[in-house]
Amino acid sequence: MANGGEPVLEVRDLVKHFPLNQGIVFKKQIGSIKAVDGVSFDLHRGETLGIVGESGCGKSTLAKVLMALERPTSGSVKIGGRDIGQARGGELKRMRRNIQMVMQDPYTSLNPRMTVGDIIGEPYEIHTEVAPKGDRRKKVQELLEVVGLNPDHINRYPHQFSGGQRQRIGIARGLALQPEIIVCDEPVSALDVSIQAQVINLLERLQNEFGLAYIFIAHDLSVVRHISDRVGVMYLGKFVELGKDAEIYDRPAHPYTQALLSAVPVPDPEGRERRERIILQGDPPSPANPPSGCRFRTRCWKAQEICAQEEPLLQIRPGTGHLSACHFAETHDVVHAG
Amino acid sequence: MKKTSADVLPAVGGQGNEPLLAVDNLHVEFHTRAGVVRAVNGVSYTVAPGETLAVLGESGSGKSVTAQAIMGILDMPPAVIPKGEIRFKGTDLLKLSEHDRTHVRGQRIAMIFQDALSALNPVFTVGWQISEMFRVHRGMSKSEAMKKAVELMDRVRIPAAKQRVHDYPHQFSGGMRQRIMIAMSIALDPEVLIADEPTTALDVTVQAQIMELLAELQRESQMGLILITHDLGVVADVADKIAVMYAGRIVENAPVYDIYKAPAHPYTKGLLDSIPRVDQKGHELYAIKGLPPNLLDLPTGCAFHPRCPLRQENCVTDAPPLYEISGTRGSACHYWREVLDGERR
Repeated sequence: MANGGEPVLEVRDLVKHFPLNQGIVFKKQIGSIKAVDGVSFDLHRGETLGIVGESGCGKSTLAKVLMALERPTSGSVKIGGRDIGQARGGELKRMRRNIQMVMQDPYTSLNPRMTVGDIIGEPYEIHTEVAPKGDRRKKVQELLEVVGLNPDHINRYPHQFSGGQRQRIGIARGLALQPEIIVCDEPVSALDVSIQAQVINLLERLQNEFGLAYIFIAHDLSVVRHISDRVGVMYLGKFVELGKDAEIYDRPAHPYTQALLSAVPVPDPEGRERRERIILQGDPPSPANPPSGCRFRTRCWKAQEICAQEEPLLQIRPGTGHLSACHFAETHDVVHAG
Repeated sequence: MKKTSADVLPAVGGQGNEPLLAVDNLHVEFHTRAGVVRAVNGVSYTVAPGETLAVLGESGSGKSVTAQAIMGILDMPPAVIPKGEIRFKGTDLLKLSEHDRTHVRGQRIAMIFQDALSALNPVFTVGWQISEMFRVHRGMSKSEAMKKAVELMDRVRIPAAKQRVHDYPHQFSGGMRQRIMIAMSIALDPEVLIADEPTTALDVTVQAQIMELLAELQRESQMGLILITHDLGVVADVADKIAVMYAGRIVENAPVYDIYKAPAHPYTKGLLDSIPRVDQKGHELYAIKGLPPNLLDLPTGCAFHPRCPLRQENCVTDAPPLYEISGTRGSACHYWREVLDGERR
């Protein structure tokens, strides 16, 4: 999609470390969890950036830093050209209007004691300038209609809705302030298969209608491919590969991406005995103490000495057309995801 | 000397062609204050040694309740089994006494649960929990049982088993915890293993490891495996045959290749069509309309009719039986011929 013009979101060398403390009275920092460790990307209007990776790779921390729910340790997040990490008070509040979030679990992310109208209208209580008091009810009903719910249900409580409908409520709340960017953190993984498609279609329709830019975090790789224009693959707090959806899925260059893609079960039994499968051994190392050099080298079948000494940068490698962070990057079609 | 499972059930073979495990016209109801919830309405399936049956369905389809009925771990009441048989090598488990049932559970038929963290006891070491199987069922001494636990942890490929046997569940990662669950379930060499969403909470990379481990263990011991899942990808990878459940019934059963090539029930077809495919990028995904049914108040006739694109008048009034398409295939749709001939999107 649109790739021209100023990016709505610019992320540069973003780092978020959480301190590890020891002692109760006299706290002493003994290390840090390097949850996000140098992430850079741009996001344009109407574009979707998918982010995939195993649990613990820093996807959700990245989302929190983008939302200014956590302050970055270093690096910058610029929304509309202004750094959200430097903003304070009223300015930060205004900037937050522009970036909203849809949470993973529609069962716990909606307050059970609030009516749907109160939940969706709550952003207006905080950002009173967006909608004057008299208008709010009408606005909420419009939002309900936009996400495909009955506007007459404004006085109902979350428990009266099914999982898919609740996720629609969460999406309506995200839309309330007319943001340019929506961060979707696993928006469909808690839903039944037959409902997932409905919610994904809704997200795509809203994107076309309002020109929204999405950060789409998910572990279901086929869903990410369907919705994303570009995909970033994260491993231990860093992007190991970043490119257009077809580049990542059809011509992955980083061994981790290849392993990740080959592990995805293909919903077609035809030829399942012959399918190439790279099974990674063990679990990812602890982000408190990542391996030297390339972080993936401890599980990588291509690892050489140089991988332990020199950290591969995220750059375009010879023979590949997109960014990857591997000394031995080469494209290899592992799955013929159909 | 303790009574063993061999005293309760014949050790090998049943009568004639009796499959290893047969669920026959099983009904399960829950009597709640809000009314009777009909969770399972006449489910039948069989598993042979070394065979993998995948039970596919969404939440509330009755797939887990059926498994719990086989294991005999349903809370009764509120659950009631008004009809049906669960035959293990020809013996109806539902007719056994609770005491005899205990000898089957865990020894002959074992189960792996979805969420390994909540299925393991946080205040005992994993070694203690695995070795408990041997102490309780085999009457082994503590040290003997602990030795067996280490062997098992090796067998499910937990690194440094000897050191880690004294660790607590929270000290393990999600994938390792699921391996511990698998170690416990295969401890007594069961003949049937029920895996209820064994990889749903795990990353794809770990999922691949766990599914490979299960396949290997199955090859070694020729267990019958019942894999309960909602993931069409996992099913395509490992299953021999599939039973698709909707609203407590089996709506389609078939060998795995047939069902992916040409589904014979509109629900199965809808599920397969709603998987994002490369050539559909930029287009709207196919979505099954509406919501899963309320089990307290099932639709009349075919339970899928409010969401079905092929609905005709008789679907609202007549519940379709499981029509036989071939010897190994069935579909509970009046119009299975039309579905079978219809184009895949």
